[in-house]
Amino acid sequence: MGVLDQISRRLGQAPVNVSRRGFLAGSGALVLATALPLRPVRGQETAAEAPAVEAFLELRPDGTALLRSPFIEGGQGIFTAMAQIVGEELDLAPENFSVEIAPAGGPFGIMGGYRLTGGSMSTRTGYPVMRQLGAAARAMLVEAAAQEWGVDASELVTEPGVVVHEGSGRRAAYGDLAAAAMDLPVPAEPALKDPADFRWIGSALPRMDVRAKSTGRQTYAIDVEVEGMLLAALRHAPRLGLTPAAVTNRTEIEAMRGVHSVQMLDGAVAVVAEKFWQARRAIDAAEIDWTEGEAQWPMPADFSSAGFRDTLASATGEVVEVEAAGDAAGTLEAAETVIEATYDAPYVAHGQLEPPSATARFNEDGTLDLWMPCQAPEMFVGAAAAAAGLEASQITLHQQVLGGFFGRHFLYATANPFPQAIALAKAVGRPVKLIWTREEDFLRDAPRPLGLARFRGAVGPDGPTALQVEVVGEGPTQRWYQAPPGQDPSATEGISGKTYAIANTHIGQIFHANPAVIGYWRAVGHSMHDFMYEGFLDELAQAGGLDPFEMRLSMLSGSERHRTLLERVGEISGGWTPGPFEAEDGTTRARGVAMASPFGSEAAVIAEVSVDGGEVRVHQVWVALDPGQVVNPSTVEAQVQSAVALGTSQTLVEELVYENGEPTARNFDMYPILRPDQMPQVHTAIVESGAPMGGVGEPGLPAVGPAIVNAVATLTGQRIRSLPLSKHDFG
Amino acid sequence: MQLNINGATHDVDVAPDTPLLWVIREELGLTGTKYGCGIAQCGACTVMIDGVATRSCVTPADSVSGLEIKTIETVEDTEVGRRVVEAWVENEVAQCGYCQSGQVLAATALLSDIPTPTDADIDGAMTNLCRCGTYNKIRAALRSVSEA
Repeated sequence: MGVLDQISRRLGQAPVNVSRRGFLAGSGALVLATALPLRPVRGQETAAEAPAVEAFLELRPDGTALLRSPFIEGGQGIFTAMAQIVGEELDLAPENFSVEIAPAGGPFGIMGGYRLTGGSMSTRTGYPVMRQLGAAARAMLVEAAAQEWGVDASELVTEPGVVVHEGSGRRAAYGDLAAAAMDLPVPAEPALKDPADFRWIGSALPRMDVRAKSTGRQTYAIDVEVEGMLLAALRHAPRLGLTPAAVTNRTEIEAMRGVHSVQMLDGAVAVVAEKFWQARRAIDAAEIDWTEGEAQWPMPADFSSAGFRDTLASATGEVVEVEAAGDAAGTLEAAETVIEATYDAPYVAHGQLEPPSATARFNEDGTLDLWMPCQAPEMFVGAAAAAAGLEASQITLHQQVLGGFFGRHFLYATANPFPQAIALAKAVGRPVKLIWTREEDFLRDAPRPLGLARFRGAVGPDGPTALQVEVVGEGPTQRWYQAPPGQDPSATEGISGKTYAIANTHIGQIFHANPAVIGYWRAVGHSMHDFMYEGFLDELAQAGGLDPFEMRLSMLSGSERHRTLLERVGEISGGWTPGPFEAEDGTTRARGVAMASPFGSEAAVIAEVSVDGGEVRVHQVWVALDPGQVVNPSTVEAQVQSAVALGTSQTLVEELVYENGEPTARNFDMYPILRPDQMPQVHTAIVESGAPMGGVGEPGLPAVGPAIVNAVATLTGQRIRSLPLSKHDFG
Repeated sequence: MQLNINGATHDVDVAPDTPLLWVIREELGLTGTKYGCGIAQCGACTVMIDGVATRSCVTPADSVSGLEIKTIETVEDTEVGRRVVEAWVENEVAQCGYCQSGQVLAATALLSDIPTPTDADIDGAMTNLCRCGTYNKIRAALRSVSEA
């Protein structure tokens, strides 16, 4: 069952007023929550629980509002979007909102009883709930005014922040009505606005956080300061499965300036000190003997990514069907023009610019406070409770704005520093902030899995007639949420879930366990599989003597939405021109096209490249993105820029290589990411087809890589089936 | 040792080769300057030293004693810095924001030195990494200052 199915079960659940008088100490605020997360675990449907008191929305006497966002802000603009949506229905200008992250627990599990920030899910799942929340609050304010004035609520209208009785000209500010509204029942089905009347939804309102982030005032987990805290740095074992046997110069280390103590952890040695730099210097000086220990996913000492790629390429085993139509095998058998190809994509690191950290403080009453970045607070609290030997109710999680995430801050066992921070705080009896150096982040990141797929396809004069694909490997959703092969979208999406009409298709997964601790990386399976599929599609076009753009159009004859999108990207690029052609600056360039259907949205991309000194240069990228409906076009445009940057980066230069069980890169010197002078110009067309709202954060990424690679093939004749491009010579 | 940071002299008691980054963050408590890589690759730790954008994570504190060190916290003390910040706000450059202290200071240093930089000047000066990929907005914001 997909996340969307779970969400659909939430519909119809209404907000409740949890603001009994006396709550919030007589602040006079209107406080709304919802009963959503109270859905009991199956088999535990006992008496209804009291509503949680954490509020989504507090409307204060001064007319401002505090909104608690279920979703964390990490640069994607979600706090602003949430304020826009609630403000629209409440009829209160978004600039009057302050938004903070909703604490763990409470009524914030709006994704069908849970919540996380990821999967490009926030706006589309928050949208109906936040509209309802705003509409309910507005209706209560209107009713409060109606009772005070002795008129019928139907005679009242609102202007931003004000209830107005047009007949008498009476007006009352929301802040003055909040206290009276507090005791009213929450309407079960408040009337929602006609989208034609939207004032703020659909507008390019400015992001709330840009000034703080332009002046150094925004703080992150790494900046947290807790009274009396010590700082910690650590060194992990070079591979998972090793554990420290001894620090042979421990006495010397503990005598270094500022050092409090050396602490042996599971698979790591930490130094706790007065200052982080003192801890860092000391751990760098530590001489550690490692010995074989225990690990859930021990890394083999002879593991290499190159060897693993070859293992996947030759892997045999059960092919679990993911999608099938017609008779792919039979058609391939009988076809005249059949081609085969194996595609692969490397491990890639998240490379979020803020290194991971966690601060832990045990309180006198035995409870635990934690400060850290996370994309799934309730899950982190659960894991922290297990690590600390406490109940979840004894843990307070202070979620911090994320210094980039891209999937880095999900729960990944050995990739999260907070269990170590908890252990250190317990060991030293003081609060501890643990910061992983960039080198430790590269060593223990949960990278996107190395992926591989084997393609066979047949093409006729009108386009592809059959496609058979075996995707080999393991997806993060199987690793972390036990999705079985064939039912793990993260293992095949981008090869499965395509829109093109190919009459005879068989997509299957051959499960092969990945020795690394793998994770979600922006656009997840799509980030590599669309590269493979769309590259092979161009190979089929070439084999059939067909133009790749026209061939795609004809394969989309059944979908007006997709044809429109592809035509749109062609238009904004000035008309489909594959080249090669000479550009104004004298360089020879070519263009490639690709499409993707990620996270409920649709994308079509054209990229323009040249080759300079044996290296590919990406000049321009055109993106047509259809997320169905848009809340903030400027945020969407920014997310497209960001997705193009990451998509270009992984296509050109990114590859986490393992040799002898260890990543060879431990920092950005050996693991380059896109530089400013490698950034293409980005031209974006947002198409609002009116389809159900899709995601925005990730969908711009998957088609970028194949558009680049297809352009490179047109320009150079070299068909690249293994990323990144930097490992190939185009001289 | 004595360090001149943001117009004030600070007596700091640290090992002489402590990176300036950690003196700023841990001794002065100014957290706008960020740790990103520690090896002068990303530029999140950029400060201005005698007006020059400098990566503080590899700058030993004792090497800058007597020089004028300026961090993001006082960037708006100069006209150029104010205009750069306003351009960053106006263009909504930041996404996660973690690299932007360094980006703003790198731009301020460039524009203080060369008010109307060429593309090559910008390529040479604006080398800080941004994982969110705000590079086009950074350039647009910088250009909006130099062309104003």
